[in-house]
Amino acid sequence: MSSAGSRDIVLGRIRRALADVPRTERPQDVPVERTYLRTHGERSERQTADLLAENLADYRAVVHRCPSGELPVRVASLLAARGSATVVVAPGVPQEWLSEAAGVARIPDSAGQTAHELDSVDSVVTGCAVAIAETGTIVLDASPDQGRRRITLVPDHHICVVRLADQVVDSVPQALERLDPARPLTWISGPSATSDIELDRVEGVHGPRTLEVVLVEG
Amino acid sequence: MSGTYRGAPAFPKAAEASTRDRQLRGNLRHATHTIRAKRARAVAELGDWAQLRAAGAAIKDHTLRHLDHYLEQLEAAVTAAGGQVHWAVDADEANRIVAELVKATGETEVVKVKSMATQEIGLNEALAEQGIRAYETDLAELIVQLGDDRPSHILVPAIHRNRSEIRDIFRSTMGKWGRPAPDDLTDSPAELAEAARLHLREKFLGAKVAVSGANFMVAETGTLVVVESEGNGRMCLTLPETLISVVGIEKVVPTWQDLEVFLQLLPRSSTAERMNPYTSTWTGTTDGDGPQTFHLILLDNGRTDTLADTVGRQALRCIRCSACLNVCPVYERAGGHAYGSPYPGPIGAILTPQLRGTASEVDASLPYASTLCGACYEVCPVAIDIPEVLVHLRERVAEGGPATRHGTKVTIKPARGHAAERAAMRAARWAFEHPRALRAGERLASGTRSVHPARLRLPGPARAWSDTRDLPSAPPEPFRDWWQRTRGARGGDGGRATQ
Amino acid sequence: MRVALFITCVNDALFPDAGRAVVGLLERLGVAVDFPPGQTCCGQMQYNTGYRHQAEPLAVRFASVFAGYDAVVTPSGSCAAMVREVYPRIGERAAAEGRGDALAEQAARVVPKVYELSEFLVDVLGVEDVGAYFPHTVAYHPTCHSLRLLRVGDRPTRLLRAVKGLDLVELPGAEECCGFGGTFSVKNPAVSAAMGSDKVRAAVDSGAEVLCAADNSCLMHIGGTISRQGSGVRVMHLAEILARTEGSAS
Repeated sequence: MSSAGSRDIVLGRIRRALADVPRTERPQDVPVERTYLRTHGERSERQTADLLAENLADYRAVVHRCPSGELPVRVASLLAARGSATVVVAPGVPQEWLSEAAGVARIPDSAGQTAHELDSVDSVVTGCAVAIAETGTIVLDASPDQGRRRITLVPDHHICVVRLADQVVDSVPQALERLDPARPLTWISGPSATSDIELDRVEGVHGPRTLEVVLVEG
Repeated sequence: MSGTYRGAPAFPKAAEASTRDRQLRGNLRHATHTIRAKRARAVAELGDWAQLRAAGAAIKDHTLRHLDHYLEQLEAAVTAAGGQVHWAVDADEANRIVAELVKATGETEVVKVKSMATQEIGLNEALAEQGIRAYETDLAELIVQLGDDRPSHILVPAIHRNRSEIRDIFRSTMGKWGRPAPDDLTDSPAELAEAARLHLREKFLGAKVAVSGANFMVAETGTLVVVESEGNGRMCLTLPETLISVVGIEKVVPTWQDLEVFLQLLPRSSTAERMNPYTSTWTGTTDGDGPQTFHLILLDNGRTDTLADTVGRQALRCIRCSACLNVCPVYERAGGHAYGSPYPGPIGAILTPQLRGTASEVDASLPYASTLCGACYEVCPVAIDIPEVLVHLRERVAEGGPATRHGTKVTIKPARGHAAERAAMRAARWAFEHPRALRAGERLASGTRSVHPARLRLPGPARAWSDTRDLPSAPPEPFRDWWQRTRGARGGDGGRATQ
Repeated sequence: MRVALFITCVNDALFPDAGRAVVGLLERLGVAVDFPPGQTCCGQMQYNTGYRHQAEPLAVRFASVFAGYDAVVTPSGSCAAMVREVYPRIGERAAAEGRGDALAEQAARVVPKVYELSEFLVDVLGVEDVGAYFPHTVAYHPTCHSLRLLRVGDRPTRLLRAVKGLDLVELPGAEECCGFGGTFSVKNPAVSAAMGSDKVRAAVDSGAEVLCAADNSCLMHIGGTISRQGSGVRVMHLAEILARTEGSAS
């Protein structure tokens, strides 16, 4: 839609602006020195899990820990405590996660679903792609156990299950190594928040106002 | 940039009024001091901050040196992933492209993610002229839009408003734009956030077209990144059918790995968080998930002119964190509106006169809107030496010289209004090159000190000093006379003094 | 070691007491200090206002006048910063604009020999207790260029703490600029005055009798504001406090 000439104009201006850069220089000729750390500190697996829990809680996520065998009971009790009657579930979420939540109606994540329909759903339960301990972040990559991006956005209550054994990394650099840029990613660090009133942080704006993270051991 | 700012008064004049606004001064002081200490704590958590900062600067410099290469790579990757790439030489072209894309969808409303680029080009006003209504969805942008106001901060455009002013704006104007605020709305930030949530929810759920900017674009993968807090970004990037992103060409980074630097630098510098609540990344379109049509508009609008200046180009490293605003003592007193641009504060003072040129009164005054105290440089996560660029741009204003405007090399004439100053600087330099004359002048001042009034109200430009400050009284003798009188006999040749 | 005093134009013409204090202090510490009379101004005002081409001959003069010395001491953080941080840049630009490499080379030679007073005392002479006596409450304002360009750190406060009788109190918001900023003070008088008033309020709130700094240009602005407002705080240059002894009047 832009005139075909604009691309050439902009690229031409850039090349003239860089007259001081030797013509023969290629991008790989000027490497970037990366002397920063891959992780901040040495931690055992246990300490990494503790740090993740601490940082998630610091930004007002509600953190739970349980052995994998107790997950169905835990998920059911969280939904019951919230009074949720409906829960949207991505197709790849293991059946047993919700096996104890008998009274809660399951809404599948489907292409035809409208945003208004999702707005009337009480909760959403998903897995995650990776969790970052140093920042208290969970990352969703729209894999089958996480579903379309909108299902973790419109409902007001998100339960996210993190497997401590293989989904937690220490740092941002480690997380990026694991993630596939071709997939749409959502990095979540606590429930939605704003600093727009007097630069003071207030939780709870447009995204889910309650984020519960269940760290599953074993 | 946008016509909104055309004819803005010079910075000193605007600041003279704003510094007298006690409410504004109080709001800014409170907000900036709150965030300053938090930022310092967030940064101190990372023992390798200096190395991250150096890498951030190096990645940006590397990218700028080969910007043409990385933009072409980005264009190819976005296109391969299902997006459509457009190029806009200036604000008018970018606005025209967005309007045409929106019209092609048949819609007359768009939801917007907070974006500096669209503020810069005055997109909302341009769309309004085409019968398209743009709804700002960031809380602070909403406050600005409802209040028929202008943004005054990069991160928190409504920083000049305190909670009770925000409540008043919500109560009086929300109803005109959609769902009204509850009658019993108080000024508690949680209630204000809730009112915004309800007001905007109906906009999000029905939106068909969204307009965004981006914090980063990854050349090798064609990925765009938006860093936010409230979830309004996710709403706009996920629910509509069509997404149009307007992004400055300097926002490209070469590799996916490069994000590991910026996703550590940005949140800690801007909101003082280890990580902001939400970061969204998308690469073209994804079947069945999110917008099925994606347009990327690559915006120049003065950036290539900035790139042509070897000293000034470091301003293009900026990641819009606003840490420099939050520590700036001048910004804190004058407020963001005095800068006459969507980019206020120290970064605005070096970015605006490069993007827009130094021809207008306000743009020529911006490089002088700083004491050169250096606090901005110290906190900048990509190590932009803002004082260095300020002085460089002062030279362009005062002495004139070569510059690039609209892609063409030009010679800037010295600014009008600096003639007397220029003469004074030359005279001072002459005196400083002739120590005997200097000494005579000093003696004259000392010799006539008995007739200097203690509280001199001086005429002309010197009144600017004497309105609020007393001048020191001239000493009985200058230092060099005392030296000559008490120690002169023993030499003090200085080797090769040239008297 | 041949030590020269760079008095700076502001101190020479308006605040000679600071220069006399430096001379007295250094002589007391056994340093024979020289005052090359060809010195004038470092060119900071010209450079920072946008007149690099007017500053360049002053940089040439400075480099030539002080070329024969092993150390150049100056009671001004911002003038020391001008020489150390900016002269190499002016030299580079002069070369780029076809005026040869001479200034760049001269600057490279003189830059490492230039010391702000507190740096010279602590780093070169290795003293912190200079034998001073000053029985007053003092707050220290770390001027921006000392703090952020020279990075003198806690050298001035270490010197002040060692002064007999001196009670060093904290200055609230110490690291904030006072609002002087050279020609900023007259180009942006409203903001400059607002910052100056806040600095004066901080000084009054600190409870100090004396506000001390190592730069008389900043103190001229702060002192001028104090004088106009009638606040009961005095301003003094670091050198003047360090020069006081039990024998001298306070």
